[in-house]
Amino acid sequence: MSSTTTDSTDVTWKSLEIAERPPLTPTQVAWRRFRRHKMAIAGIFMLVAIILYVTVGTFFFTEAEANYTDLSIKLSPPSLEHPFGTDMVGRDLFARTIYGGQISIIIGLFAVFVSIILGVLIGAVSGYYGGATDSVLMRFTEAMFNIPSLFLLIILGKVLSGKIANFNLLGRSFSGSVVVIIAVIGITSWMYLARIVRANVLSLKEQEFITAARCTGTSNFSIIFSHILPNTTAPIIVSATLLVAAAILAEAYVSFLGVGVQPPTPTWGNMLDQAYHHLEREPWMWFFPGVLILMTVLGINFVGDGLRDALDPRALSESE
Amino acid sequence: MTRYVIRRILQAIPLLIIISAILFLLANEMGDPLASFGGRRRIRSSDRERLTRQLGLDQPVMVQYLIWLVGNDWMQIDVDGDGTPDEYGTRRGVLRGDFGTSFMEKRPVLEIIGERFKNTMILMITAEIVILFFAFWIGIYSALRQYSFVDNVVTTFSFVGYSMPVFWLGLILMYVFSVNFKRWGLPYFPTVGMYDLAVGPTIPQIAWHLVLPVTTIAIISIAGYSRYVRSQMLEVINQDYIRTAHSKGLPDRWVITRHALKNAALPLITIIGMDLPLLIAGATVTESIFAWPGMGRLYWDATQDTDIPVLMGILVIISVLVVVFQIITDITYTFLDPRIRYE
Repeated sequence: MSSTTTDSTDVTWKSLEIAERPPLTPTQVAWRRFRRHKMAIAGIFMLVAIILYVTVGTFFFTEAEANYTDLSIKLSPPSLEHPFGTDMVGRDLFARTIYGGQISIIIGLFAVFVSIILGVLIGAVSGYYGGATDSVLMRFTEAMFNIPSLFLLIILGKVLSGKIANFNLLGRSFSGSVVVIIAVIGITSWMYLARIVRANVLSLKEQEFITAARCTGTSNFSIIFSHILPNTTAPIIVSATLLVAAAILAEAYVSFLGVGVQPPTPTWGNMLDQAYHHLEREPWMWFFPGVLILMTVLGINFVGDGLRDALDPRALSESE
Repeated sequence: MTRYVIRRILQAIPLLIIISAILFLLANEMGDPLASFGGRRRIRSSDRERLTRQLGLDQPVMVQYLIWLVGNDWMQIDVDGDGTPDEYGTRRGVLRGDFGTSFMEKRPVLEIIGERFKNTMILMITAEIVILFFAFWIGIYSALRQYSFVDNVVTTFSFVGYSMPVFWLGLILMYVFSVNFKRWGLPYFPTVGMYDLAVGPTIPQIAWHLVLPVTTIAIISIAGYSRYVRSQMLEVINQDYIRTAHSKGLPDRWVITRHALKNAALPLITIIGMDLPLLIAGATVTESIFAWPGMGRLYWDATQDTDIPVLMGILVIISVLVVVFQIITDITYTFLDPRIRYE
């Protein structure tokens, strides 16, 4: 709270001096700083391009086309007809990157949703209640931190694989492993967020407005969710953005190792899992999905960096 | 100090036991360890029953975990399956340094891990040296010339490196420096293994085979580290004591290395300390594309075969490493910043 107030007063003072304008809201200040961040704007453009690619693309290719096999044209190099070439069963890689991209991005977003819920809940409860609850939850967080997340991903991926049946949604069928991967990535990535939220809650709960809320008889639940958490959205937004990038990469890793999303559902990750066997002769098979992963992750990281600078209360003097 | 270290170690023990219990439960849910026991042949049901008993897999998971932890030489086990316990077990348990025997290789787990650990260390220590050298160099350079052209280029590249899937970068490097260099008749780098089997594990051979995997790991990690060095340096060089050092007429180089870097390095120690054990694990993907016979690769093979003793062995060793490195990190702090005292 205190940080945002200093922000706006600072800006008010500055803008009054330069031109007589009404004070800017913290959101406007953040947006102004974000706009000035060249990399963040480049990131936005990259992400818009990727999103257009995976959405508008569906008007040109149906999912059936993306899964259509034609052995007579298998492993053909990029051509006008198949801009990204075809794979070992003659599926068009261009169409597959469109549908695969959708799944990869969906996995990234939903996995982060899972990890935000876990991280915020565990962090907030642990920071707010303190004492034994805090020790238990933080030991658990530490334990999760100690295990390399890729190792956990592999184990959990194997434990849960095949446990969820394929399902239909919006007229499309999805492999059950999509849900598994979302859960697994979410479960292995909340720890950092929990620590940030806990640290913020620890400092916020000592402030007067919380004492005031407690005096008026506000319940703990409502103090946490409507008084404390809204004041810690900035760090949550920043780390959630960066987590989306990490989640898309994690999907690529587990799929590369063969415990990710199972065919026929394409993802950028599992389009790469056979890459090794096509290293020499069919580089197009692994090159294009990789470029798309790189562009998406890079775009998100750029935006995340911009958001961090824009929302960081201390960065004001540096960017002005 | 000694008391602090002892307390940290004592605190770590319950943590490690919790971690190992969770992992043991998960590992047992992964699949049937006997599925790949007979190689391609399916094992007979009578054999399966016997093996299950011999390996102790017929016990409830929590009992199996206890046996894994403290051994079974103090209890009688039923080896022939007639329902009466007839002889003492031979396992001594992890707490007494017995990590069990690999299901697949029928050798002690520690022996297998030991061989692989050495290879991983060769790869990771080389990589870490390369990473730190470039990260410091790049980080300091771009901090001293903030927002210059070079700084912007380096920043952009570090983001690209940071955003790349490791295996994809590995594939690209292999494609360019191995596949295409070979096509063009240039000296090319090997893509797989640690050494040429015909030559043997000589130092030049290993060094030659290290180039591509180390470059791959380095490109990915230099990015993050150099960003961090840069931001730390930027914070430090605007401090008063740096201005004082300059105004005393100390040479720039001296100010940067002795005054700035020493203070900027402090938070970096944490990052490096925390990353080292994870780097070992992170090598899984790199090791699997370059067929480097290290621990990451071993872990991957163990998950494929549900070789629980090997799997647990690796996880426990890495968890212990993480804890040990955290303590070492804390101790290093006191050397770099004498103001820090541990009670």
